[in-house]
Amino acid sequence: MAKASTRSNRTDTYLSRILGAMGLLCALLLVLVVFFLLKEAWPVVQSGGWLRFFHAQGWYPLEQLFGMLPMIWASIAMALGAILLALPIGVASALFLLFYAPPSVAKIYRLLLNLLAGIPSVVFGLWGLTELVPIIATWHAPGTSLLAAILVLTLMIIPTVALTSVAALSAVPKELHAGAQALGLTRKTRIMSVIIPAAKAGIISGALLATARALGETMAVLMVAGNVVQTPSSLFDPVRALTANIALEMAYAMSDHRASLFAAGLLLTLIVWGLALIASRIVKSNGKVLAYAK
Amino acid sequence: MLFSITSAHSMALLFRRLKVATCSLAAILLIGWQPFAFAEKSRLTITGSSTVAPLTLEIAKLYEKTHAGTRIDVQTGGSSRGINDARNGLADIGMVSRALKPTEKDLNGFTIALDGIGMIVHNSNPVTALTDAQIKDIYLGKITNWQSVGGPDLAITVVNKAEGRSTLELFLKHFGVRNSQIKPSVVIGDNQQGIKTVSGVKGAIGYVSIGTAEYEEKRGTPIKRLTMQGHEASAANVANGQYPLSRTLNLVTKGAPSKQAQHFITFAQSDAVKHLIEKQFFVAP
Repeated sequence: MAKASTRSNRTDTYLSRILGAMGLLCALLLVLVVFFLLKEAWPVVQSGGWLRFFHAQGWYPLEQLFGMLPMIWASIAMALGAILLALPIGVASALFLLFYAPPSVAKIYRLLLNLLAGIPSVVFGLWGLTELVPIIATWHAPGTSLLAAILVLTLMIIPTVALTSVAALSAVPKELHAGAQALGLTRKTRIMSVIIPAAKAGIISGALLATARALGETMAVLMVAGNVVQTPSSLFDPVRALTANIALEMAYAMSDHRASLFAAGLLLTLIVWGLALIASRIVKSNGKVLAYAK
Repeated sequence: MLFSITSAHSMALLFRRLKVATCSLAAILLIGWQPFAFAEKSRLTITGSSTVAPLTLEIAKLYEKTHAGTRIDVQTGGSSRGINDARNGLADIGMVSRALKPTEKDLNGFTIALDGIGMIVHNSNPVTALTDAQIKDIYLGKITNWQSVGGPDLAITVVNKAEGRSTLELFLKHFGVRNSQIKPSVVIGDNQQGIKTVSGVKGAIGYVSIGTAEYEEKRGTPIKRLTMQGHEASAANVANGQYPLSRTLNLVTKGAPSKQAQHFITFAQSDAVKHLIEKQFFVAP
């Protein structure tokens, strides 16, 4: 017995060392990536300061103008619009899946959501460009617009919202279900007044992760948004997202232009980090809520 | 045989992967992978213009067949990168889809083909020709409806190119405008995206490589080339030099080309590749 436990201890030590090394490696890589972004962006920051990205009149690299503000607004508008649409649909799908669908339907529905989550974004973009954009163009030319981007992004993040909501709703303790049932509440009241409030934090943090995904999406947005650098003033305005800008110009950019694209990448990373941080805070507070419920 | 065509699209995919799999990318950085610094004796690296790349790729394939033991690596990334890579020695040969500028005297240019830039509209549009002044006014946002130029009552959708493309630079130079003056409705990356956009929007106007436009028109894509200054936008008019908005497609080297590069350039300028140039809807010089 003693021998066996020593052996298992040794294995455990090895395993923890290996896992620790892997973890360290991943953390180190993150640091490297940020360092790399900073290093590449440095020349343009040094020559004109950070503020040039916010003060310049528009984005015309040929004329040494690197204003990113319109693209920041466009990125935010897209992500916000997409999550506003995707949140109710995604949560509704999760509720249907968990509480209303017959088991056989639920199984197929879950599979469908997973499938939707796995579709490459370029496919969504292609569909948007050839099907959705011409439809929007019949209302308001040219069709490539903030609206098209929002709709495509909504489709892309619905599975993320739905699946994270399913996870959050499933994590609600059995005691709450039982308690609510014992009180003789109807199914609707149980779900709306007990289950959803208990899973709220998990749903919201899932929504934040989906928002981060929408912010980082590049290919689909590049294909349907129209890519005109301007602050969006209507849903039908063609706009350019920060990510699309990097993809569109990186291969063709040199010197200051190139460095400013890296600065845009750094900015995006910071925004996404901010969202992830908020999400993790919310999950933590959710833990407290559940403990209290028990 | 190693061909890595990195078009704007796959470049974007690359960036998506960069986001998703940051770890693997950085792992590559860790072991010090230098993407473009291969230096084998039997290898030629050619980078630059996405307009010239497909043609160079075809020529390279043929060259490799007839010259066993040579490997040619063709990568795209715009004319500016072609210039840059040739200068820095990252590439043996750069591809540039315009004439060399006075500031680029340190490079040697070898013209392998000619191409024109054509204005295109949706083929349901009855307008067949525009004057230079009209095109300029459309792009500056002074004319916003096709009615003003003899067309139907339809809003004009102005399709412009993204920065860094030599097609954009040539267009701006021809019409004597700055990019910040242009009021675009859509900004596109490559020729294909431009053609897809114009074919999908009835009131659109854009400019793309004539070769690509002619090819797409023959395949039934609903676009139409506009006559410029009385000359039809066709490969034939580019060949005889009458078409006003045309350019040369060049291979460039820093100083005199190496023996091997010279050998390839001579091949690319020979009659052996004429059929490839025509197949790409360019014009042999």
